[in-house]
Order: sequence, then structure tokens, then C-alpha cells
Amino acid sequence: MIPVAFDYEVADSVDHAIELLGQHGEESKLIAGGHSLIPLMRLRLAAPTVLIDLDRLEDLRYVRDEGDYLSIGALTRHRDVHNNPLVQEHCGILGYTAGLLGDPSVQHRGTLGGTLAHGDPAGDMPSVMCALEGTLVAQGPDGERTIPALEFFKDYFFTDLAEQEVITEVRVPKLGSNTGWSYKKFSRRSQDWAVVGVAAVVEKDNGSISSARIGLTSMGNTPLRASAVEEALSGAGTDQVAEAANSADEGTSPGTDDAASSEFRRHLARVWTRRAVEEALGR
Amino acid sequence: MRRIQVKVNGVTYEHEVEPRLLLVHYLREGLNLTGTMVGCNTSNCGACTVLMDGESVKSCTLFAVQADGHEITTVQGLAENGRWHPMQAAFHETHALQCGYCTPGMIMASISMLKENPEPNEDEIREALEGNYCRCTGYENIVKAVQLASQHMDQPTAAS
Repeated sequence: MIPVAFDYEVADSVDHAIELLGQHGEESKLIAGGHSLIPLMRLRLAAPTVLIDLDRLEDLRYVRDEGDYLSIGALTRHRDVHNNPLVQEHCGILGYTAGLLGDPSVQHRGTLGGTLAHGDPAGDMPSVMCALEGTLVAQGPDGERTIPALEFFKDYFFTDLAEQEVITEVRVPKLGSNTGWSYKKFSRRSQDWAVVGVAAVVEKDNGSISSARIGLTSMGNTPLRASAVEEALSGAGTDQVAEAANSADEGTSPGTDDAASSEFRRHLARVWTRRAVEEALGR
Repeated sequence: MRRIQVKVNGVTYEHEVEPRLLLVHYLREGLNLTGTMVGCNTSNCGACTVLMDGESVKSCTLFAVQADGHEITTVQGLAENGRWHPMQAAFHETHALQCGYCTPGMIMASISMLKENPEPNEDEIREALEGNYCRCTGYENIVKAVQLASQHMDQPTAAS
């Protein structure tokens, strides 16, 4: 339970972090709140030779109203995302989900940028970001670029971030008054990772559904979108939700592990998609 | 090795530490503050909960180097002038423990909770303590202790 020895560097700016990443190469790792990385290091599933600590970059903790979207500093802690009035008003699903991660003590340390960079397909935030069609801002040696969440998650614990890139900001759309949302998570114990999670962002139009975006947690090597459900719900009546949700697992090949078989995960995806869309319609 | 300066329970310490030293081990073995427990070692159980700059954190999931320049409060830093903190007094009053192993973490997490939500209802207390496990009490008296403490947070405390 003691990590492999490593060297520790403190970044005093994003540029400094990029420089340190260049200096120490691929065996180095960025750490923010550390609540995904430290448990892995303790289990010796990760053994970086150098940790580059971003946690002193206080100017990367903010939530700003940018008109039609919110921009959130990558180092904003989950508890601060959860309690932020702008997030609560304009992007409820993000604040709600931030409050589901671990427990309050975990949320006091973990950061929004950190959980996305971790790229865990069983993480809740990645699928919520995919349902929101949010954007990540990353800075590297060649400057800044924006990456749509849908293109960010490449494989199991593997993202589009280049070796020397640092996530600096997360952007999420402001949800209008006709947009309902829900995040439903099935886990065996409180605090556990999702066996399956479903994020639903549903636009309503006079009692019918104009569009739905459904993100799936733990249904593959990356967060996924339930596109067959989305197609079926586009322009559908609210009485067609149950039937549409039956195709939530279409095109997925979820894994089997101690928590659930692949088949059970497919079942959960169908049931929780229906429940998530129903809850979104009532919200 | 790396030099750190940490204020723990009002006292500033300076030490050379290995970067992989966890905060909980620094507190217990470096500073001999053994009131903070090691439980699950996996950031689930909350026995190691302390306050960092006033907010609850799990000290088994934090390297001591990350606490450099910060202020840590452990259960041993709560009593003032020989008088218990209202949360300690409430845990005593309602007998909110059996074996007592989870108690330091429960007390620290509860203090942090009341800072964010000074008048929590029962559901809110249970939710806010979801990261602190007690294997003896069934949580009933712990919830009562937090409810009692929430009414007395600004009042003088019992003698310890």
C-alpha cells in the first residue's frame, strides 16, 4: 500500500508544468487532487517516476458565465462545482454529478480536469461531458487547442491529450428551460464506481421530445453515446421512451468483471436509460 | 527528500520527507499524532479524515508534500484550554461510539459538514457522512451527535 518512490515537482504555472513534462518525459505524471492517481499508485498499478503537482495553480479554479456556455477552470474541485450557483442554475447535471463522486472529503480534493484526464470509462464525469457535448481546453508547447468531449476519450484510461499537454479549462453549454437532464448510476455500494451509468440531456417541445443526448458510463472502453436511442427519441412522444430505451445497448460490448456480466450491463443500460429519460422529462 | 512546512493543530513543523510519504503516516509516525487512524487505506472508510485548510480530507490519499504550506487540524487539535470542541462533547453526550475507531474521522467529517450546512436534517447528515464507515453503532447515535452539535457549535463546551 506504499507507492513506488518518485520525485516530486511543483508547477508554478501552466507553462512551467508543460516545461516539466518535457523535461521528465513519459514516465512523469501530472497530479491535481490525486484522488484517482494516488489510489492507483498505492496499489502499484501506476508507478510514475516523477509527479508534477498542479494543485498550487489557484488561477485554474473558477466558474465563469460566457454567454451561452460556462467555462470552468480545470482545477476546480468537485465540491466547488457541486455548490456553484452558476453551475446549479445553468448546468444542473454537472453540479449534481460532481456531488455523486466519492464522498464530500473526496470532493474536497478531486478536480474536474483531473477526473476527465484520468479517462476512466467507469467515471461519471466523462459520460456526462459526452451527453452535454462539452469541450476541453488543453495547453501544450505549441499553444492552446479545444477538444470536443466526444473526441477526447480514446480508449481505456487513454485520452487525446498529448504527452506535454495540460487541461486548463472545461466548457459546458448552458441548458435552456426546455432542457431536462438526469444522471442515473447503478452501483453495488454507496461511493462505488458505476456498474452502469446513464446521462440524459433531453430537449422538450410541447409535450414531445425534440432531441435527446444519452451518455453511457462503463459500457465499453470509453464513455459512449446511445445513438440508437437518440435517433428513436428525436421528435418522439413521451410515450415512446420505454420502447426507445430498449436499444440503449445497441452497438456496445461492455466487459464482464466482478461487479457484473456483460449481459447484465446491457440490461442495466436499457433500464436506466428509460429511467434517466423519464426523469429528464419531468425536470 | 523534500522539505515541507506544515501547520498542524496550530504548531508549525518543518521536516524533510520522502515524496511518497502519505499525510496520515506523517501525522502518526512523524508527529506522533496517533489520534488520526488508518482504516481501509483505500480512501473509502474515512478513519483518517482530517481538516486541510478547514475542509475534510482523507489523509491516506494525500502525500505529505501536497500539504506543504497548508494548515492541518486533527482530532487532537480540537480541544481548547482543556475544553472539548462542541462536536466532541456531542459525541460524548449521545454516546456516538462503541469501539471508537471511526470516531476521530467521524468528528472531523462532521465539523466540515456543519461548516457547509450548519443546520442539516437527518438525511443530509447521513449523506454527508457516507464516506465514513462505522462498523459498530448502526450510525444512530452518530447522527444524533451531529444534530446535537449543530445546536451548540457556538456555545462553550464541556470539560474534557
